[in-house]
Amino acid sequence: MTDASLNSVPAAPRSRSLHTVDERTRKRNAAEKRFRVYGVTAILIGIVFLAVLAVSIVRSGMPAFSRMVVEIDFVLTQEQFDEAEAQLMKTSAYQAYFNAALQESLNAAGVSVPFDESAVERILGKTGGILREFYRENPDRLGQPVSFELPASSRVDGYYKGRVTRDTIVDSRFLMKSDLDIVDAMHDAGILKRGFNWTFIQGTDSGVDNPGGAGIGASVIGSFFMMIVVLVLSLPIGVAASIYLEEFAPQNRFTDLIEVNISNLAAVPSIVFGILGLAVFIQFMHLPQSAPLVGGLVLTLMTLPTIIIATRASLKAVPPSIRDAALGVGASRMQAVFHHVLPLAMPGILTGTIIGLAQALGETAPLLLIGMVGYVAREYPDSLVAGFTEANSAMPAQIYTWAARADVGFYEKAWGGIIILLMFLLTMNIIAIILRRRYERRW
Amino acid sequence: MPVLWLVLIILGIAVVGYVLGRSRALASAGGDSRRLHSLPGYYGANAALKSIVPAAVVMVVWLLAQPLYVTSVVSDMIPETSIAEGSSLGLVMSEVRRTAEGLDNAVGLGLMTEDFARNARADLGDITQRLRDAGQIVTSEVTQPIMRAAQQFRVMNATGNLLMTGVVLVLAVVGMLWGMRESGAQFRARNVVESGILALLVAAASIAILTTLGIVLSLVFNTWEFFKLYPAADFFFGLEWSPSFSGRGGSSELGIVPLLWGTFYISIVALAVAIPIGLFSAIYLSEYASPRVRAFAKPMLEVLAGIPTIVYGLFALLTVGPMLMRVFGDDGLGWMQSGTAVMTAGLVMGVMLIPFVSSLSDDIINAVPQALRDGSYGLGATQSETIRQVVLPAALPGIVGAILLAASRAIGETMIVVLGAGAAARLSMNPFEAMTTVTAKIVSQLTGDSDFASPEALVAFALGMTLFVLTLGLNVLALYIVRKYREQYE
Repeated sequence: MTDASLNSVPAAPRSRSLHTVDERTRKRNAAEKRFRVYGVTAILIGIVFLAVLAVSIVRSGMPAFSRMVVEIDFVLTQEQFDEAEAQLMKTSAYQAYFNAALQESLNAAGVSVPFDESAVERILGKTGGILREFYRENPDRLGQPVSFELPASSRVDGYYKGRVTRDTIVDSRFLMKSDLDIVDAMHDAGILKRGFNWTFIQGTDSGVDNPGGAGIGASVIGSFFMMIVVLVLSLPIGVAASIYLEEFAPQNRFTDLIEVNISNLAAVPSIVFGILGLAVFIQFMHLPQSAPLVGGLVLTLMTLPTIIIATRASLKAVPPSIRDAALGVGASRMQAVFHHVLPLAMPGILTGTIIGLAQALGETAPLLLIGMVGYVAREYPDSLVAGFTEANSAMPAQIYTWAARADVGFYEKAWGGIIILLMFLLTMNIIAIILRRRYERRW
Repeated sequence: MPVLWLVLIILGIAVVGYVLGRSRALASAGGDSRRLHSLPGYYGANAALKSIVPAAVVMVVWLLAQPLYVTSVVSDMIPETSIAEGSSLGLVMSEVRRTAEGLDNAVGLGLMTEDFARNARADLGDITQRLRDAGQIVTSEVTQPIMRAAQQFRVMNATGNLLMTGVVLVLAVVGMLWGMRESGAQFRARNVVESGILALLVAAASIAILTTLGIVLSLVFNTWEFFKLYPAADFFFGLEWSPSFSGRGGSSELGIVPLLWGTFYISIVALAVAIPIGLFSAIYLSEYASPRVRAFAKPMLEVLAGIPTIVYGLFALLTVGPMLMRVFGDDGLGWMQSGTAVMTAGLVMGVMLIPFVSSLSDDIINAVPQALRDGSYGLGATQSETIRQVVLPAALPGIVGAILLAASRAIGETMIVVLGAGAAARLSMNPFEAMTTVTAKIVSQLTGDSDFASPEALVAFALGMTLFVLTLGLNVLALYIVRKYREQYE
């Protein structure tokens, strides 16, 4: 007999209670706990990243919404107006009046600093032009006190936002170190104060050396026109394609080919769509460069897979009994789909479309290739057609343009632009969630 | 915009067709819609579809074909001798196009009569001046052949547009009349309209194929052009990337290896961040987390996927880069020269990829049947042992698929690397050095001023081709692994 078990020593009987934990069990329990901690840590890391991202966006972006303004009550009489208009250097005549008023209100506040006109020009820029324009447009305000809010230069703005300090400032034609004394005095007197930066919301992009005057307004309009193109093209095409694939397509090679193509397009890198747009829409069809129309076409092609996938899911969710009932009372298949299935699937389709649009709104890479970066969007489009066909920027492209500029003042604008972009995305996603909550039906 | 007007007119004809078709059908049935084969609206829709669809198809084809035809005819007119040294036919053609546009503007502003714009032969200096007055940017003095070509270009385009308008309008009216003629009580209008709509649905579904075809053709053609100017072997095996910006070619070194190395290095760093975090989050969320924690944490992680990449790019450039510089830069360990580096881009990209890994893995882990876990618990395994030895092996193909999809995202990601990784192409092992990727170079080669016919610009298409093939390959591989090795639980 070679049965090993007969010769083996029988295991020693357990001498301890099951309730006392032995070495091996302790090890296993520790491993269990460690594993759990890894999981919690991973999730925490993810959430911490999100928090850091959010904090750094808000902290760096909020300053873009405020700026330093000089607020001053100013009276210009008819005689002064006539006198200034009669002079050769009209704007500098206005500027002289303004400087006098500024000095007066400084004196009234009891501030006495050496006041010099070139310093005021460095702090506030050329004020005469603004004044002249105002009074030429509103001659009825002559002789009445008018409260002017004039933006301070971007260096002064930087001084209060911490970009420029007394230690780091280098005397230049933009701002001298001595000017900061006047700035401080004006701030103490309450003439120079922080105001909301409307220029950033309404304005258009400025040149590379003027971060203070840069605004995102024109590119919001550009994005808006692009989204209209995307919506008008991708919703009908996407819904039509999904209806065919979900309701009518026979099982054959052609259908398979379409399915494979759609799932591949969903995974193609966005920059490749940009190459497509450049080669087909700009080089081949000669559509205008950097136009929202072209951007919209490219983004449509990118958004289609998203919309098709969402639409097919919500068509699939409509139970077959609906179709059967419609067919049973004599509807054709086409009528059953268009009269019954499609309306029931509509909330899901709209949710998918909004999410697709939100994705398209934030997409940047393809826009770089169709020329939206080199273009400085200085103007709003002047008509509806021009909004589609004339060169413009779009929000993400504008943010990239600012981030790529050398002047540090533009970084703040880029972060501010991101806040606005994210606010749009958040609104769209909230609308999608509300739609889903409100109209989603479980069968 | 005459095309806009044309579209509106066609729509108008279609509306008229709808009304007339419907009323004619009703009249043929003596006003009693019960004697019609279909509902009256279908007769109207039949007439409307017949006026819109053929006209629209012809218009689209015409709009695509006319520029091709005109360009080929006009470029034959330009003699070889008038193409300057270092220039190309493409550049001359764009000059022709600009001149033609300028002539249009000048006529529009009343600076020239139409007759003058068509026939002017002499005194080119005067014409150039007038074009400038019209606000057209003309690079140099307009030469005789360019002027002739531009005039021909304008004439042909004008005739083409006129012809197109005529043909399209005639088609629309004929279609409407055809649809109206058919509108009788016996005509099976519903069947005809429904097959028409089905054809439209098929056409919409085919756009996916057309898009892929467009991508492949535009990549292949331009890549082919590139390989005519630059040897393919040097492109695929060249160890140096230094394009010259003069646009003359010859002196450029356009090897893809450093770019591929940068791409892979950054992707590996990104995956090294995303895989552990994503995978452990997925495990915790699906196996341990209470419903309340799950309802909070899962959407939080998914928000990371909804943030546009430009935001991550800026985050890398302005927050993460300087933060790393403080630790690893000259003030700290001294390993890092500038804020833009492989590490910067890789870390941020890793954060972006966390939800891709975690969401997909979460779904897959949830799909593993409870019976497997119960069996393992029954044998006395702890929860973590069950996960490691039973659940994960069962979910492995799906997880690998998710990781491959995340990798394909990483390779194709553009904005983070454009802003965060730097612009220097180099082969180095130091993750704190700036490197660049395929996508970043596509952007920089195509957004510069270089002319589209130069190898420096065309190389972007070859890079795009490589990128397309790589990501497609990864996706197909991911799909294959998931399909082939997936356990079927019933």
